[in-house]
Amino acid sequence: MQIDSKNLLEIKHLKKYFEIRKGFFGKNVRILKAVDDVSFSIKKGETFGLVGESGCGKTTAGRTILKLYEPTSGQIFYDGNDISKFSEKEMFPYKKKMQVIFQDPYASLDPRMTVGEILGEAIDVHHLYEGKARSDRIAELVELVGLKSDHINRYAHEFSGGQRQRIGIARALAVEPEFIVCDEPISALDVSIQAQIVNMLEEFQEKFGLTYLFISHDLSMVRHISHKVGVMYLGSLVEYAGVDEIFLNMLHPYTKALLSAAPIPDPDESKKSERIHLQGDVPSPLNPPSGCAFRNRCIYASKICSEEKPVLKDAGAGHMVACHLY
Amino acid sequence: METPLYDEIPPELFEKALDTEKQSDVISRPSMSYWQNAWARFKKDPLAMIGLVVIIIITLFAIFGPIVSPYTYDGQNIAIQNQPPSREHWFGTDKFGRDIFVRVLYGARISLSIGVMAAAINLVIGVIYGGIAGYFGGRVDMVMMRIVDVLYGLPSLLYIILIMMFLGNTVKSILIALSLTYWIGTARIVRSQVLSLKHEEYTLAARALGVSNLGIIFRHLVPNSMGPIIVTVTFLIPQAIFSEAFLSFLGIGIQVPMASWGTLANDAIPAIFTQPYQMIFPVLAISITMFALNFIGDGLRDALDPRLKK
Amino acid sequence: MILLDVVNLKTTFQIDAGNVQAVRGVSFHVDEGESIGIVGESGSGKSVTMLSVTRLLPENAKVEADSINFNGTELLKQDDNFMRKIQGSEIGMIFQDPMTSLNPLFTIGDQIMEPIRIHQKLSGEDAKKRVIELLKLVEIPDPESRLKQYPHEFSGGMRQRVMIAIALSCNPKLLIADEPTTALDVTVQAQILDLMDELKKKLNMSIILITHNLGVVAKICNRIIVMYGGLLVEEGTSREIFYEPKHPYTWGLLRSIPKVTAQKSKLIPIPGSPPDLLSPPAGCPFAPRCEYAMKVCMKYPPKKIGLSDTHSVACWLMHPKSPGYKMEGLYANR
Repeated sequence: MQIDSKNLLEIKHLKKYFEIRKGFFGKNVRILKAVDDVSFSIKKGETFGLVGESGCGKTTAGRTILKLYEPTSGQIFYDGNDISKFSEKEMFPYKKKMQVIFQDPYASLDPRMTVGEILGEAIDVHHLYEGKARSDRIAELVELVGLKSDHINRYAHEFSGGQRQRIGIARALAVEPEFIVCDEPISALDVSIQAQIVNMLEEFQEKFGLTYLFISHDLSMVRHISHKVGVMYLGSLVEYAGVDEIFLNMLHPYTKALLSAAPIPDPDESKKSERIHLQGDVPSPLNPPSGCAFRNRCIYASKICSEEKPVLKDAGAGHMVACHLY
Repeated sequence: METPLYDEIPPELFEKALDTEKQSDVISRPSMSYWQNAWARFKKDPLAMIGLVVIIIITLFAIFGPIVSPYTYDGQNIAIQNQPPSREHWFGTDKFGRDIFVRVLYGARISLSIGVMAAAINLVIGVIYGGIAGYFGGRVDMVMMRIVDVLYGLPSLLYIILIMMFLGNTVKSILIALSLTYWIGTARIVRSQVLSLKHEEYTLAARALGVSNLGIIFRHLVPNSMGPIIVTVTFLIPQAIFSEAFLSFLGIGIQVPMASWGTLANDAIPAIFTQPYQMIFPVLAISITMFALNFIGDGLRDALDPRLKK
Repeated sequence: MILLDVVNLKTTFQIDAGNVQAVRGVSFHVDEGESIGIVGESGSGKSVTMLSVTRLLPENAKVEADSINFNGTELLKQDDNFMRKIQGSEIGMIFQDPMTSLNPLFTIGDQIMEPIRIHQKLSGEDAKKRVIELLKLVEIPDPESRLKQYPHEFSGGMRQRVMIAIALSCNPKLLIADEPTTALDVTVQAQILDLMDELKKKLNMSIILITHNLGVVAKICNRIIVMYGGLLVEEGTSREIFYEPKHPYTWGLLRSIPKVTAQKSKLIPIPGSPPDLLSPPAGCPFAPRCEYAMKVCMKYPPKKIGLSDTHSVACWLMHPKSPGYKMEGLYANR
């Protein structure tokens, strides 16, 4: 699959803050900076893997890019057009181009609808097919994801997790998108089924020329499927580079710690690897540390880290990292 | 099947199995929609089924009884006034010599239809109001709910009586009065359901597809809220029946010659010590109907419980 | 020295739709001071197996076995009182979700003290000293003040450490951990696993780690048991399972996971889905998904064959009459 040199998606200084209201009239407001100044780009045909632990903001970033949440500030360029301030109406044609696959196969399908109705809704919203062509298309989609035609009249709750996830993929594909945000699509699945779904996603990327934003906390799966990888911590993108570059030549202390903590399914390798021990737990996103969000767990932290928040800089050959060490 | 001894297994069995012999990805159980599942569960609840049977019987009697009976609800015959229950008059006669059984059946028509229609109108108003408030949230929700809170504070019976005095004492005005009071409870339930379902992933998926707001409300949120909504409405019917009965009993509900269970009870007040059966039968009718509907409501609540997930 | 010996365990659940055969004849043992991993996916029966041994299943469960022997005692013959005495004292358990396993209404200190009071009959100052000792053991900083706090004041990783402290409070001989790190972040998971490894050595305790994550078992388990569809399909040392798997399911599993350190390779998934335990297939539960399946596999469940002292596998491919098969080595140059 040839990767275009053009950027399909460009995110510039994206921010998404949530207001948490407490108190009698909602006067006491605290700000949750879920996504705090994130910038990166994805080329057409590429898979950008976004990793991080809970609370890092990767899921919020994915949903904000799709405009499921309104961005607090920043720009989202899709194919050159800034959609960040588009209204629901203006976004409508873009919903056909940008789709999503969710994490929980048990929650992402309406329990009252059959497979046929779920796929039919997607087709109908954008008036893609009618009559016989419509039912043909539904049958085609069902077979594409490896299910059988007699599954079309069945309800979501009758399928296993892996099968439901395939229905979710079929729904996303039904509108013939160009770009899909995959939000932890395999985390809730059994290990032996995960490979089925990942292979399917790769196959469709080849076949339909799709571009993916693959959000996950599973580093090994991200390494497998991505061309570029970005690491998020507490709302900020701390490092991003090509997949081989980032795994062989990690720069940010958090990336190093994250990778060394990943369990390796190989007993000898497992005992060999040196783990970088991180102290303490992830701070609350409601109350992040000043300056660099990672500084109170970082062994290299110095004075400047508490004063100034580091920005993403090119450390060579497009390898971006946000750290005062560089 | 007993596994044969290890060494005695015939060698042909060690050939490769054909793909047709293996069966994976097959769903063997028959397809059941949510409603079919719910009905299966409802059937298992004995009280609910009894309630359902009772209501069906009462409804059938109400529809066909007066047609079949030799008596009419307003046929007066002073000669046989105030007779206790007998073979000719199963519930006895009232002070005008009218057959009470037929009057109770006729009353059933009035009371049941008022109950059902009031509940239906409440359902529609409540779903629309609550659905919009819950879905749009924010200021829209706040304003709509503050209105509801104020209305909720008014004592409903007082409210109904005021409306009745304004509109007069017809069936239509009772319906309007009842409809304007109970939708508040329904709206609240619908709103809280919609609020919680708004953040479900399938709702987000529909938004990502570009489904319109109204489409999401009515195609996804409302059907998935139907469980608690149906249960609420099922409990609304006995409430409406009781309210109408109470009003009529007080004399401000339906007027003669129309006879609802409430007016029958009202008519029987002067004779309560001398001909108690005149009061007992309509009251029994109200009570049994209310019990039956409440049992059905309980059964439905259990049957429709959305916790039927894996 | 064998600490736990389970022979032919069968557990069935009675539900409206019929009987769910969760465990269909599983035998294994755990030695003193060793950690074994029970690996399997949904429907494998791995959790139910251990809940059957400790008698923590709901009313509608029926547990049968030829023998469940713990530390010399035949558990099947003991009554519920006896089981209650060993739960929490000689056998400690930790579960997956630390959010729901702790009671939000009681302080951490109280919850750790509960088993100490019940089983060791310590009270007051002695119990409190023991609690602080335990909190230090699980590396919770500032234990004196933390024991007065409530669960919601702790993070996920901390809560799991508290769960471990509770499980260890009475010096159990056996610690059963059911998916202890699945709900935790990667970096926290690594901390908890390291902790468990150290505690195993310090306290000479046996650990049974139930998980679906092969990376986790590779890190701290000496031996691994692989379960599928309610049956044990392969058992061996960690190296035997990862480098010389003999069962097609084990092998299939290893082929379908990406390796962080290796070069990019193709993932080869196992086709199909896990079996329906209400009406499990007649023969080997894995046969419908197995590329080597023979006719005998569809008819009869396979017998467990010992390949060495430590390595055994339940598969018809081991039978002398089978045509044999070749599974390419997963890790070259071992």
